[in-house]
Amino acid sequence: MPEAIADSNRISGIGTADVAVIGAGVVGCAVTRRLALLGARVVLLEKAPDILAGASKGNSALLHTGFDAPPGSLECALMQRGHAEFLDIRERLGLPLLETGAMVVAWNEAEEDELDAIEAQARRNGVGDVVRLGRREVLAREPALAPHLRGAVLVPREHVIDPWSTPLAYLTQALANGAQALFGAEVCGGSFDGEAWTLQTARGAVRAARIVNCAGLQGDRIERLLLGDASFEIRPRKGQFVVFDKPAAGLLTTILLPVPTERTKGIVLTRTIYGNLLVGPTAEEQDERDRATIEAETLAALIAKAVEFVPALDGMPVNAAYAGLRPATERKEYRIRHEKDRHWITVGGIRSTGLTAALGLAAHVAELLAGEGWQASPLEDPVWTPVPNLAEHRPRDWQAPNHGEIVCHCEMVTRREIEATFASPLPPGDFGGLRRRTRAAMGRCQGFYCGARLAELTAGRLAEPLAAGDADA
Amino acid sequence: MPEPIDTDVAIVGGGPAGLAAAIALRRRGIARVLVLERESEAGGIPRHCGHPPFGIREFGRPMTGPRYARRLRAEAAAAGVDLRTGHSVVSLEPGGRLTVAAPEGVRTVAARRIILATGAREATRAARLASGDRPIGVINTGALQSYIYLKRLKPFRRPVVVGTELVGLSALWTCMRHGIRPVAVVEEGMRATARWPLSLFPRLLGIPVHYGSRLGDIAGLPRVTHVEIDGPGGRKSRLACDGVLFTGRFLPEAALVRMGTLALDRGSGGPAVDQHGRCSDPAYFAAGNLLRPIETAGWCFREGRRIGEAVADDLAGALPVATRTVRVGHAAPIRFAVPQSLSLAGSSRLTGTIQLRVGTESAGRLTVRAGGRLLWSRRIDTRPERRILVPLQGIDLPEGIDAIEIAIEPGGGA
Repeated sequence: MPEAIADSNRISGIGTADVAVIGAGVVGCAVTRRLALLGARVVLLEKAPDILAGASKGNSALLHTGFDAPPGSLECALMQRGHAEFLDIRERLGLPLLETGAMVVAWNEAEEDELDAIEAQARRNGVGDVVRLGRREVLAREPALAPHLRGAVLVPREHVIDPWSTPLAYLTQALANGAQALFGAEVCGGSFDGEAWTLQTARGAVRAARIVNCAGLQGDRIERLLLGDASFEIRPRKGQFVVFDKPAAGLLTTILLPVPTERTKGIVLTRTIYGNLLVGPTAEEQDERDRATIEAETLAALIAKAVEFVPALDGMPVNAAYAGLRPATERKEYRIRHEKDRHWITVGGIRSTGLTAALGLAAHVAELLAGEGWQASPLEDPVWTPVPNLAEHRPRDWQAPNHGEIVCHCEMVTRREIEATFASPLPPGDFGGLRRRTRAAMGRCQGFYCGARLAELTAGRLAEPLAAGDADA
Repeated sequence: MPEPIDTDVAIVGGGPAGLAAAIALRRRGIARVLVLERESEAGGIPRHCGHPPFGIREFGRPMTGPRYARRLRAEAAAAGVDLRTGHSVVSLEPGGRLTVAAPEGVRTVAARRIILATGAREATRAARLASGDRPIGVINTGALQSYIYLKRLKPFRRPVVVGTELVGLSALWTCMRHGIRPVAVVEEGMRATARWPLSLFPRLLGIPVHYGSRLGDIAGLPRVTHVEIDGPGGRKSRLACDGVLFTGRFLPEAALVRMGTLALDRGSGGPAVDQHGRCSDPAYFAAGNLLRPIETAGWCFREGRRIGEAVADDLAGALPVATRTVRVGHAAPIRFAVPQSLSLAGSSRLTGTIQLRVGTESAGRLTVRAGGRLLWSRRIDTRPERRILVPLQGIDLPEGIDAIEIAIEPGGGA
C-alpha cells in the first residue's frame, strides 16, 4: 500500500477506543459519525483500501419513505428516522437531493389490483401523502411512459440522492470530529476480557471497549470469528444495473417502481443525481460474497425492460453496467444483535434500504449503547464538513474559473477536483474510490479519452495503480 | 461571467476534419474562424497513433500520427485560424450558439455557422455489455495509445485483444513495439475484419487468433487475472492475462447532438446531414468521423476541407438554395447511409456520393432505386466496417419522387 495512504491513518495514539466500528459501508460510516458526535472515541476498521468496497457501492441511490416496508417493523421505523435526519442535515453536509417522488406503476390488471393494498400499506406506515393516479394522470406527469400502463400510486417524498457522497460526508464529518478510520485493517481475530475488546487487524492490534459490527456481507463471519457463533446467515443477493447516457435522463422525472413481490422491490427506473438514467436491480441469489459479476444476457434483459416502460430508450447509449451484492439473510428483517455483557452490537442484514436507514440505524445503535450504560457527551459545537458537489443540477467545479483543466470531459471533472480529493481528510484508496468521489471515467467513454491522463495524475496514489509500468522500460 | 465570443465560423473539435475545415475557410477569406479543442493540444486521434502512414495525400509523404498532428496545427496557425485548446463545448443552442467551458469560466460563442467535428470513439466494455468482474486493465485502443504515446505508461503487459478491425491491428503494433505481449486476439467473425494482407499480421507476430469466439467472462479484482473465451461449438477456454483491450466498433462522439435539438440518424449514430454536411438546423454543419464510424484521418481531412468550402459558399450566399429534398433510404444488411438526404437545386440530377456500411458479411448486387426503378447498381461482396461508396453524380431522379432506396439484392452477375 502506498506510503501516503498508510500515513494518513496511523494506528498509534488511539489507546483504548470507546467503540470500534467494523466495516466502512454506508451503515458503518453513519454509525461512526453518530458516535463521534456523541463524544465517543471511535475507530472505524475497514479491510479494503477505501470506504464502500462492499454492498454500499452498488445500489439504486434512493431516499425511501418506508411506504412499502413491513408495517411495524424496525426497518420501517429506521428508514423513516433516516429519511428525516437526512433532510435535516443534508445542506450542512453539501448533499444534493432530487425531489422526484416515486410512482408504483401497474402495467397489467393483476398489478392494478394490488394498488389498493399498496396505498393502504403506505397509510398504515404513516406515509399519508400518497396519491392514487389514473392512467391519464400518470401519462400527463410522465409522457414518455409506454401508454399501456394502468395506473399508479404516487409517493411524493421518495427522492434521489448521491449514494457515494452521502457516506463520504458522514465519515468526513466523523473524522473532523475526532473519529479515526483505518483502511487495509481486516479483522482477523480478537477477544473480550470482560472490560474491553482487543482486535487483531491486518494493521495491528486495536483495543476498544465496545464493538459495532457493520460488516455487511461479512457480518455473520465477523460474529462467528469474535463471538463464536453467528445469529444469522448472509445469503448474498446480486443486483445488476445499467446506466444510460445523459440524454436519457430527460425522458423521466419521477422514480418508477414496479409493484413489488415478497422477495424484492423489483426493477426500478430512475434518474440519478449525476444526470443519467438507471435501470435495475435484478435479484439473484448466490453464494459468492466477493464477486459481483455482470452478465451480458441479464443486462440486455434490463435494457429491454427499460425500453418496455419508456420506448424512447430504444437505442439509447449505455454508459456503464454494474452489480452490487445485498447482504440478505434467511429472513427479511434487519438483524440487530445486542450482547450487553460482551459490549457487542451487530447491525446486519441491511439490504437496499440501508442507504436511507443508515442515519436511523446509527441513532438506534447509540440508544442501545446508552441502554447498557454508556455515557454520551454530545459535542456542543460539532464541525460540519460539506463534501464537493457532483450533482448535475447544482453548480459544478468546471463552471468556476481556474479549475486547472477538464480531465474527464464526459463527466466534466476538473484537475482541481482531483487534486482536492487527494488532499482531503479521506482521500481515495483505489480507482473506484476516485471515480465515486469525482465522477472521473464514469461517463460515456469510460476512460477512452481520460484514462491515460488519470493514470498519470494518480501515479503512486492508489492501492492498485492504473498503469502496469513504464512504456520505455 | 466572461464576455461572449462572436465569430464567423466556430468549429467544435480540432482533429483532422475540424482543422481542415478551418484552414479551408481561412483560405476562402473568412475573417474569423475559431476552433474549440477540449484537449490541451489539437490534432485529434493521430496525436497518439505513433505509426505511419498519415498524410500521404495531404502532405505528399508518409508520417507518423504525432508528426501529422503537428503539421496540421502548423498549417492552421499559418492560415490564421484562432485555435483555442482547453475549451470544452457543453451545449449546442439553436441558431448557432455554443456554451463552452473555458479555462476562464463558462462562455457563450455566437457564430454565423458552426461545424461539428467531434470525431468518434470505440465502444466501451459497458456498451458491449461484456460479462464478468469490472477490474482495472479493461480499456480501448484510444486509451492504450494515449497511455503509450502521450504518457509513456503501460496499462498492461499481457492483454487479450478483442477485434480484428484495422485499429485492432494498429493496437497490436503499438503493443509489440513497447514491450507489451498480447496473449491472444479474439474475433467474433469467422475471419478478420481488416483486409488481407493486414489480416495476417497477428499470425506473423505469433499471436493466436480465436475466430468465431467471444469473451464469456472477465475475471480478477482489482486487476484482470484471466478471461474465459466462448469458442465455436460451445468450446470454452481460459486464458491468463492482465488486461483486456476492446478494439474497434467505433461510435460517433455525438453526445452534444443527442443532448440538443439537431436531428440524429439512428443508423450512423451521428447528426443527419445533406451532401453539404448541413444539419437539420441550417446554422450547423458536420464533418469527419462524427458523421459515421469510421474513416481514415486522410478521409476526414478531405471531408473537412469539402465541408469548409461548403460553409464558405453558404456564407457568401453561393450554396444553391434547395428546391427539392431527396431522402436516402436503406434496407438491411445496410446499417447506415450518409448523407441521409440530398438537397437538389432546380434540377432533378443527383449529386454527391453516398457512404454505406453493412451490419453483416454480405454479397449480391448493390442497387439504388427510386419508386422501384433501378437507377444504378454494381456487384458487391463486403464485410462490416468496410467503406462502401455509391457515386450519384449525374443520375437523373424521376419526376414526383423524393426518396431513393439503397439495398443489397440477392444475386451477383456482372
